Amino acid sequence: MENYLSLFQTYDVPAAFWVNIQLSFWAAIFALVIGTVLALFRISPIPSLQLFGAAYVNIFRNTPLTIILAFGFLGLFSVMQISLASDLTVSLFRIAIVGLALYHAAFVCEAIRSGVNTVPLGQAEAARAIGLSFLPAARLIILPQAFRGAIAPLGNVLIALIKNSTVAAAGSVATESSGLMKTMIEFRSDLVVPIFLTFALGFVILVIPIGLLTTWASRRLAVAR
Amino acid sequence: MTSEPQPTSPASSARPLVSLKNVNKHFGDLHVLRNINLDVARGEVVVVIGPSGSGKSTLCRAINRLETIDDGEITIDGKVLPAEGKALAKLRADVGMVFQSFNLFAHKSILENVTLGPIKVKGMKGGAAKDLAMSLLKRVGVDNQAQKLPAQLSGGQQQRVAIARALAMQPKVMLFDEPTSALDPEMINEVLDAMVALAKEGMTMIVVTHEMGFARRAADRVIFMADGQIMEQATPEEFFTNPRSDRAKDFLGKILSH
Repeated sequence: MENYLSLFQTYDVPAAFWVNIQLSFWAAIFALVIGTVLALFRISPIPSLQLFGAAYVNIFRNTPLTIILAFGFLGLFSVMQISLASDLTVSLFRIAIVGLALYHAAFVCEAIRSGVNTVPLGQAEAARAIGLSFLPAARLIILPQAFRGAIAPLGNVLIALIKNSTVAAAGSVATESSGLMKTMIEFRSDLVVPIFLTFALGFVILVIPIGLLTTWASRRLAVAR
Repeated sequence: MTSEPQPTSPASSARPLVSLKNVNKHFGDLHVLRNINLDVARGEVVVVIGPSGSGKSTLCRAINRLETIDDGEITIDGKVLPAEGKALAKLRADVGMVFQSFNLFAHKSILENVTLGPIKVKGMKGGAAKDLAMSLLKRVGVDNQAQKLPAQLSGGQQQRVAIARALAMQPKVMLFDEPTSALDPEMINEVLDAMVALAKEGMTMIVVTHEMGFARRAADRVIFMADGQIMEQATPEEFFTNPRSDRAKDFLGKILSH
């Protein structure tokens, strides 16, 4: 037991989790914005936008996240010399956020689209009938109801995103939790199982409230029909 | 709402407000609208009746382009119905629509349902839009429900709000697509009364309905459709007492025999 507790003096486990929380927070915000725009493209009346939305979703949803994040580090950063900050660590951290956001935007788009499917067609017809064109109708009538119908699937995307933030290690964000876990296992092979369990428990603690919150919110905010 | 009540003269005297010329539409193999020609004069109340599947709802929905047409021409107040975009949205603002299933915006209050169009489409100030909405809600008798959500109202109340919502845009013509078909029997009259009052005030109306009582009370002209065609048109008195086509006789025999 003392052995186990000494781990926390040597290694800053909460700080590593904090990196994952930050990665997830920013990636979630960008993914939500990009995913909403993509969903708008997919439900828009303009064929070229529909095609773009569909192509984006199918490409990013079907590419392994590891490849996207490794490309961010090896392709964008190392080969193309694209840097998002003067500091190396910060730049890699930001590139990882971009990769996570681009990947999860595809899933956000599909979650919102499933929300759009919960809105009866008559709502869009009524909006058009009073003279709203596509964008105002989407913004005022369709999306507000779609988001409320999409809270549960959006929650699932967020949960996946938090866990997937560990893949940022593939983008050389060495400070995040799975990176730290690897280091700890390397130096404390006597405690492999407890170390695994520690990180597993950390993610469970991080994720469970989100599941509870989205279940509560999707009931609370459901649109009465 | 500013137009004066007009005598029920035929549409020949002035330019028709709504005009359909040689309109055709197919759903796949089904020819739902067959060469429809129809002129509706300003202030006229036209009731469209016919068996289900006769194309009457499609006709109604085509007039504000919720259904596209294959060929032919639809004009509203002399303007050809645009295909897409801002011009279409602008024209739709002049055409009020009341749906069978009410289609009130489910996430907005009754008041917001009525003020949304004037504020977002016409750029009206919030205060003025609220005054307008409250006076319209009062007219249809649901002003005491203004802060509730649509789901908290009865079907009859929701449909009256839908009428107020359409009127708030101060449309030139109102389309009613089977406005009472989704209602419980005891709520039908409250909606019909609101529609009769509107007709008496001189609103141009195209009403698809099964309510023969409404046609008798308020219509200037009855149009009978079957198989995507206009089979017959006449004043309500003439149509109900002396239908000419066999289809109309058959239809009236079925619905009036009880």
